[in-house]
Amino acid sequence: MTATATPPTGTTKTMTMVAAINDALDIALAADDAVHIFGEDVGVMGGVFRATDGLQAKHGQERVFDTPLAEAAIVGMGIGMGLAGLKPVAEIQFAGFLYPALDQILSHLGRYRHRTRSRYHLPMVIRAPYGGGVHTPEQHADSPEAILAHTPGVKVVIPSTPADAKGLLLSAINDPDPVFFFEAIKLYRSVKEDVPVGDYRVPIGKARVVTEGDDVTVICYGGMVEVAQKAAAAATQAGIGVEVIDLRTLVPMDTDTVIASIAKTGRAVIVTEAPRTAGFHSEIAAVIAEEAIEHLRAPIVRVTGFDAPYPPFTAVEDVYRPNPLRVAKAIRQVMDY
Amino acid sequence: MVQCLAPDGSVVREDLLPDPETRLELYRQMRRARHFDERGWVLYRQGRLGVFPPFGGMEASQVGTAAALTKNDWLFPTYRDTGAALTLGLPIARTLAYWRTSPHGWHMPADLKVLPFYIPIATQYPQAVGAALAERRQGTRNVAMAFIGDGGSSEGDFHEALNFAGALNAPCVFILQNNGWAISVPTRAQTRATDLSRRADGYGIPGVRVDGNDALATYHVTREAVDRARGGGGPTLIETVTYRVKPHTVADDPSRYRSEADTAGWDAKDPVTRLRTHLLNAGLMTEASEADLLAEITAEFEAALAEADSYPEPTPAEILDHVFAEPTPQLKKQRAEILAEHAAHDQAQDSKEQA
Ligand SMILES: Cc1ncc(C[n+]2csc(CCOP(=O)(O)OP(=O)(O)O)c2C)c(N)n1
Repeated sequence: MTATATPPTGTTKTMTMVAAINDALDIALAADDAVHIFGEDVGVMGGVFRATDGLQAKHGQERVFDTPLAEAAIVGMGIGMGLAGLKPVAEIQFAGFLYPALDQILSHLGRYRHRTRSRYHLPMVIRAPYGGGVHTPEQHADSPEAILAHTPGVKVVIPSTPADAKGLLLSAINDPDPVFFFEAIKLYRSVKEDVPVGDYRVPIGKARVVTEGDDVTVICYGGMVEVAQKAAAAATQAGIGVEVIDLRTLVPMDTDTVIASIAKTGRAVIVTEAPRTAGFHSEIAAVIAEEAIEHLRAPIVRVTGFDAPYPPFTAVEDVYRPNPLRVAKAIRQVMDY
Repeated sequence: MVQCLAPDGSVVREDLLPDPETRLELYRQMRRARHFDERGWVLYRQGRLGVFPPFGGMEASQVGTAAALTKNDWLFPTYRDTGAALTLGLPIARTLAYWRTSPHGWHMPADLKVLPFYIPIATQYPQAVGAALAERRQGTRNVAMAFIGDGGSSEGDFHEALNFAGALNAPCVFILQNNGWAISVPTRAQTRATDLSRRADGYGIPGVRVDGNDALATYHVTREAVDRARGGGGPTLIETVTYRVKPHTVADDPSRYRSEADTAGWDAKDPVTRLRTHLLNAGLMTEASEADLLAEITAEFEAALAEADSYPEPTPAEILDHVFAEPTPQLKKQRAEILAEHAAHDQAQDSKEQA
């Protein structure tokens, strides 16, 4: 059972995630002249993943444009555009290439509202493909969401379905504050579903209960949702009821949904593909420990990447990235405790 | 723009011609590089090489520059610079391993100071400045050479590195390969500057613009820059004007952003053909001696391919190697997890096969 915050009504169209993102960008450009899309290769070429395909042809070179190759300047310029009243939507070609821009993000993007006492705010969206599972070269599979989640003043959204991608992206573009929007590369074309046509919104800050169950809560987001779903399906066959929660938004995090589920199941497995130490999974575990420890029947278990750089070695990439077997094992572990 | 040979192979600057042995060696290295590029495509299609960025057509830009170094110097190549790394002596087998996504491609030979190909753009430029300074502090005359593309020269790291190198008089040679494109973005959309070598002016260092399809010219200007750096004269920025005739990577479709006509003229400027014509005209090479050379290069490559094929696949726990000198307690625990996981998996696999 899926429970979307705004259940799709009316006409729908079957789309991949990348098509749904393209659709959202198209709608945002058409709805508001302030929206501008820019980044490396987003214009003529339509992005390395084609998320901006056709948008320049349709909306013009002033509103959809290629920038020089400089992430700090892409974010810095976006900040200036946002200050001056536009709605910048920047693409960072891969999340692993956000790093040159971190000074702009940490020193400025996240604190503009604060340091100007809301005289200025930055309605900027930064989209970045992230995560592994598709055999990319070095640094193309990083999951740096915890760095952003740790930065005050920015929101972090990570969809796991085409409909959510569209609905959350439109919410992000219309949000008054900066939003990081991470898109799991693995999901761009691997899933298709019915997506509402037109201006469809999914609110930022509301988790989605993907499957309901009474025994274990599996908390995940982005590229790990389908992995958790597979593990949950196997566990269900074995008679274990697994509740899979797709957080959708890391900042702000929907703790109510998580805590309510833990109150019911008493067991928590958290799945991300980021390195183990100090990842966002640790934050989720801390929230559960703080707010629901009396419900816990077993220690919280994290299934994550490892404390090593993501390996670009095809032969062993799958060791790093959590798979359904590892999640299933964690489910058994909390059940057997 | 410095040029030694015209596109038709005729000599335009007699005074810049390197000695005959050097000219032949440059040709040999360009053919090795091209052979790698051409075989690389085939191996990729056969599924025996991963996605790699081709450099065919840019051999003079890479070989002529790297050939000015010795084995004591540093080379900081980007993903595009297989040809430069091969020229300095990176073994073909290691290079194949790298583009096979094998960790064996990350083990650089102890007698070379070549870094693994850099994937994030421009980040290696400040690092080259540091390596160059360290050499000078230690009293050597070794230099550092770093590569970047026209696109990469928009990154802040590029500018900061040039400024640091100038201010600190670092023995650095910066090669800016202007190959016309940063994936789909043409140089004119990358920057309003039309002569990228002049960016050096802003940092008070020499800037040279050279025909990047002329191996004799790139070798000549790079030798000058390397000699100046060795002698304490500080850094140089060299813009090699060339063209990326191939797609951005073997998986890219350039028809989305450029026309055939954009590229067509550049075939006539091919760097390999240009030097070949010169060598034949000058009587330094005959068709027969060239055939011997090609046979030798083919044999060398096939032997290296066999060596790369013999490298074992990495084992699962290897992904945690080399994170710290001493693995942390967390890493040790994670290693045990992986080993247990895979022992259990192998056991299940074995009993399945036995059943
Ligand atoms: C910091 C960073 N940003 C973005 C990328 C993605 N990317 C890979 S190659 C490339 C274009 C590079 O163009 P250029 O510097 O001209 O070098 P070329 O590929 O033409 O050799 C881009 C944007 C990257 N690798 N690193």
